[in-house]
Amino acid sequence: MRKYVIWSVVLIVAFGLIAFFFLKPGSKPFKFGLDLVGGTELIYKADTENVSNIGDAMQSLKGVIERRVNVFGVSEPLVQTESAGIISGNKDERLIVELPGVTDIEEAIRLIGLTPVLEFRLAKKNTAEILKTNPDATPQELFDSTGLTGRFLSKARVNFEQSTGAALVGLDFNTEGAELFAKVTREHKGEVLGIFLDGQVLSAPVIQDEIANGQAQITGSFTPEEAKSLVRDLNYGALPVPISFLASKTIGATLGEEALNSGLRAGVIGFIALALFLIFWYRLPGLVATIALISYIILSLSIFKLIPVTLTAAGLAGFILSIGMAVDANVLIFERTKEELKKGKSIHESLHEGFHRAWFSIRDSNIASIITAVILFWLGTSAVKGFALTLGLGVLISMFTAISVSRTFLFSIARESKGEVAESKFKRFLFSNGFHVRN
Amino acid sequence: MYVIKYRKFWFVLSGLLMALSAFGIFKYGFNLSIDFKGGTITEVRYEGDLSAQAGRMDKAVVEENIEKLSASWRIGGFSVRPSESDRYIIRTKELSIEESAKLIEAIGNPGVERSNTIGPIAGGELQSKAVKAILVVVIMIVLFVTFAFRKVSLPVSSWKYGFATIIALVHDVVIPTGIFVFLGHISGLEIDLLFVTGLLAILGYSVHDTIVVFDRVRENLRINSDRNQNEEFDITVGKSVQQTFGRSINTSLTIFITLFALYLFGSSATHDFALLLMIGVIVGTYSSIFVASPLLVTFQKLQKK
Repeated sequence: MRKYVIWSVVLIVAFGLIAFFFLKPGSKPFKFGLDLVGGTELIYKADTENVSNIGDAMQSLKGVIERRVNVFGVSEPLVQTESAGIISGNKDERLIVELPGVTDIEEAIRLIGLTPVLEFRLAKKNTAEILKTNPDATPQELFDSTGLTGRFLSKARVNFEQSTGAALVGLDFNTEGAELFAKVTREHKGEVLGIFLDGQVLSAPVIQDEIANGQAQITGSFTPEEAKSLVRDLNYGALPVPISFLASKTIGATLGEEALNSGLRAGVIGFIALALFLIFWYRLPGLVATIALISYIILSLSIFKLIPVTLTAAGLAGFILSIGMAVDANVLIFERTKEELKKGKSIHESLHEGFHRAWFSIRDSNIASIITAVILFWLGTSAVKGFALTLGLGVLISMFTAISVSRTFLFSIARESKGEVAESKFKRFLFSNGFHVRN
Repeated sequence: MYVIKYRKFWFVLSGLLMALSAFGIFKYGFNLSIDFKGGTITEVRYEGDLSAQAGRMDKAVVEENIEKLSASWRIGGFSVRPSESDRYIIRTKELSIEESAKLIEAIGNPGVERSNTIGPIAGGELQSKAVKAILVVVIMIVLFVTFAFRKVSLPVSSWKYGFATIIALVHDVVIPTGIFVFLGHISGLEIDLLFVTGLLAILGYSVHDTIVVFDRVRENLRINSDRNQNEEFDITVGKSVQQTFGRSINTSLTIFITLFALYLFGSSATHDFALLLMIGVIVGTYSSIFVASPLLVTFQKLQKK
């Protein structure tokens, strides 16, 4: 049985290392949902009725919205699309925007509802002075509007510069736009003309000469893909597909923090209560189950970080619930072991039978839990998905920790008795459980 | 084993509880949250204690102020409910952003802790999705149980294990729902998406317990046939229930311990959820011992006639 002792040491070291690398302060942080950190979630329905290539249009929509959200200066915004169909259970294409830390929902919605604006602005004469007094001056403060915008475009296309092969974006203005463009370039020769998309500078060429043919080129440092997506966005006009508001959710930062703290507190108290129960009722195996439970917690939390799983209030609840369920397998095994002990078998033999016989009911009952978790994930809005994910992962991970980890530890403690050496009453007491102390 | 012997008593008890729940559901209806019917929920926080004199706004005043808004737009029915010591939770029909801002202004510009708006279409869609999810879970679990016990055919065929599981599952959905509808009636508890999530988790859990007992029946039947023993089926089931009684209680107890911690110390967002799961664990454990297993015996007796 030296094998089990060695494995026990390996496991302890392995879990220690996992805990050290993944859970020490300063390692990769957990990903918390909006309901725990505060923020705003907006859900839109995309009207794809008149769109031929839905996937393409949604991708473009996502890109446009992402760019706008980034301008907003939100840390780690999340823009997702959710397609219609049986898998998602939605009747329509959806756009979900998560803005952590943003609680001004009015501003958020206004920003997302904005049409992307392509603008041509002239640099102010006194840009140097402005920058001197205000180094953080926005492009808007440095450039004057010319009135020429993407509204006057008739078409945008991808061009390639002949000498270098660099990607360019070619613009064709409509008649009105061509006149305006000619006027601006005629009157401001030698000045810098900034080309802006959603308030960000794409390029700022110097006007060389009057351009009368209504054509312009943007020579930012585009990759061909970027040029293509910009052209697509410009040609699609405002948004590639019209969106309408479905739902919104805002949670204040303090409320989120309270939810997080109380969730953690509940988890810790639940764990301690559970450990006490296990040790009092199942004695030595209970202690081993508690160690298996600790390794379960270490492993799950590390996996939550790695995937990463977004932890929501419901997700935390799912995890706390899974702590209770993780010891299920142990309870089944120990009860079975007790039965075998009562039949007069040796400790080692009883443990062996306990693990072997309990396995089928553990397997079958856990499959049922996994089925439920999968369907919950399908039902899911973000809150429910979090619950389903932590619960489902929990069941899988706990099958490993509750069975393999506790098995290794228990067998390294309970050596196979050689010959007819009677086991001491004390030892049998340690491995037994419940009120039935006497055999 | 008394569980099997007095099975009619347990059936009547469960039947009564289910009938009572069904009656409650028909009488009071579901107190649906905005998740399912659309609307806006706004939680506002006033500086200082609501019960203190200074800086507070009385509930009646808040209601009056919201009422006044109906002059400019149809605000419809709404409810104001105090929460914690310094907050109100206001439920209204679905509000646009501008309307929401107007509402906050009308009640003295308190801080907005949380606001949640769901369009009626999204709500309706979720409602049908939730019902579908529950049905799919029940069907999948029954198919799985039938599959898992496919090799057991004597003296009750494997689909009857599945059928007994369905009845237990329906039992486990109906009774907690009934309790929540009743609580909704007296204390305003709402049926929201987390409620459905909880119900599904209960289903997964309840079948977990049922399988433990059935697995033992399966094992005992095998032992009997190996030893060429002719044991009455009700004795076998009774023995199996007795042998697994301790572990059924203990596995439920471990979950109950963590849920109780979640209920007492957890965030208010998951308070009702934890309550539902605690009720579910109790009902689910009860049903796997006192409903599903005795049902197997009943099926076998019916078959014999």
